[in-house]
Amino acid sequence: MTVEALIRAVNNPESAQGLVRNVATLAATKDPAAIPTLVEVLKFNNPGAAVAAVSGLIEIGEAVVLYLLENIDGYNYGARAWMVRVFAGIGDPRAIDVLIEAANTDFSLSVRRAATKGLGYLQWSKVSESEREGQQAKVRDSLLLALQDGEWVVRYGAIAGLEGLSRDVSSESKTLIREKLQLFLTEEAELAVKARCQKAIQTLA
Amino acid sequence: MAEAWTLEQAIASIQQTEDASQRYYAAWWLGKFRVEDERAIAALLDALKDEVDRSPDGGYPLRRNAAKALGKLNNPAAVEPLIDCLSSDDYYVRESAAQSLEMLGDRRAIPALRLLLAGGIAAAVKAEGKPHLVQPYEAVIEALGTLGATEVVEEIQPFLEHDFEKIRYATLRALYQLTQDASYAQKLMEALKGDKLQLRRSALLDLGAIGYVPAGTAIANCFAENSLKLIALKGILESQLQRSSEQLDADSQQLMTLMDNLL
Repeated sequence: MTVEALIRAVNNPESAQGLVRNVATLAATKDPAAIPTLVEVLKFNNPGAAVAAVSGLIEIGEAVVLYLLENIDGYNYGARAWMVRVFAGIGDPRAIDVLIEAANTDFSLSVRRAATKGLGYLQWSKVSESEREGQQAKVRDSLLLALQDGEWVVRYGAIAGLEGLSRDVSSESKTLIREKLQLFLTEEAELAVKARCQKAIQTLA
Repeated sequence: MAEAWTLEQAIASIQQTEDASQRYYAAWWLGKFRVEDERAIAALLDALKDEVDRSPDGGYPLRRNAAKALGKLNNPAAVEPLIDCLSSDDYYVRESAAQSLEMLGDRRAIPALRLLLAGGIAAAVKAEGKPHLVQPYEAVIEALGTLGATEVVEEIQPFLEHDFEKIRYATLRALYQLTQDASYAQKLMEALKGDKLQLRRSALLDLGAIGYVPAGTAIANCFAENSLKLIALKGILESQLQRSSEQLDADSQQLMTLMDNLL
C-alpha cells in the first residue's frame, strides 16, 4: 500500500483493533508524509494506537520535532503526554523547554518519568558551543529538582537522566552532579532508587 | 482541595463522626500518605467498628478503607483488630484485612487466614447473589505465602486447579514463596504471554512480589504498560538487593538496565 492509502486507512478504521494495526503499518514506513496523521492519532484516546504512533514518530526522528512543537495542543492533555514521550525518545534539543516543564510540573507521573529520561539523552552536538553550557545547566537543575519528586519512579528516572547528562558535561558540572547524588543517597528511602543512585555514582567516578 | 489537607485536618476528619463521606475519604488519605501518627492509628482502629457508614448491600465502606489504610501504617497494634476483621460479614472488609495483614507481615494472622480456606476448593464458589466468591481467596492465599505459612502448603495446593485464573496465579505465587520450587514461578512467567491484558498485569505483579530474577527479561518484553512493568521489576530488584546485602551484583545491574529502558 502507498503512504497515501495507509493514511486513508488510519483515518477510516473499521475497528479499534484495525486502527492499531493500520497505525503500526503506517509508522513502519518512516515516511515524513505520515507525520501529521501519526500526530493526529495521539489525540484519539486509544492507547494501543498511540503507542504505535509514538514509536513511529521517534523512528522518523528530527523531521517530527518542528511539526510537533508547532502543533502542541494545549487543551488535549492526553495528546500532550504522548508528545512528551516522542520528544523524550528523539532527544532533539529544541524540545528542552517542553521536557523541562513536563519533568517538573506534569500531573502524570509517567509523563514526568519519560521526560526525566529524555533530558538525559539529548543530542548535545546539535547545540552551538556558546549555548551548550547554559542549556546543560538548565537541564541539570531540572533533573536535580526531579530528585525531590514524591514518586519513586520519577526519582529513578531523574538519576538515569543525570547519569546520561554527565557524559556530555564539563568536569566541574560532573563533580557537582556526583556530589548531589551522594547527598541524595543518604536521604533516599526506597531500596531500588538507592541502588540506581549507587550505580550512577560508580559510573560518574 | 482535599489533597491539600494538613495532617491536623486529616486527623480531625477521621476523628469526627458527623460527615461519613469525609471520614471515608480521610481513612484513604491517611493510608495514601502513610501517616503513622498515633492519633491516626487510634482513629482508624475506631473506624473498624463503625456502624454508621453502610452501603446498599449491607457492607461497611468506612471499615474497608480503614482496614486498607492500617496495612500501610506499619503499626503492630493493628494486627489483632485486623484479625478480627477476617470474620466480618462484609467480604470486602475481609479482603482488605487479609491484604493489610500480608503487608504488616505478622505471623499471628496465619490461623485466622487459614480458617477462610475451610472446605478447600470445593467450597470456593460464588457467594449467592454477589459478584464475588464466598471468601477473598486471592488475598488470603497471597497473604499466607508472604507470611511464610509453610504449614498450609498442602491446603492451598488444590487451588492450582481453581476456575479463576487469578486464584491460580495467587496459588502459584504463594507456593513459590513457601517452597522455592522454580516450576511455580515459571508457570507465572508463561502467564505473561496470555491473551488477556488483565491477567498479564496480574502475573506481572505476582512475579514482582516473589522477586523471581529469571523473569526480568520476560517482564520487560511483556505486552503491558511500562508503569506496571517497572513496578514488577522494582520488586524483583529489591528482593535481589536484600539477598545480596545491597551489593550491586550482576543480576541487579541487569535488572536496572531493563528498568532504564522502560522509563
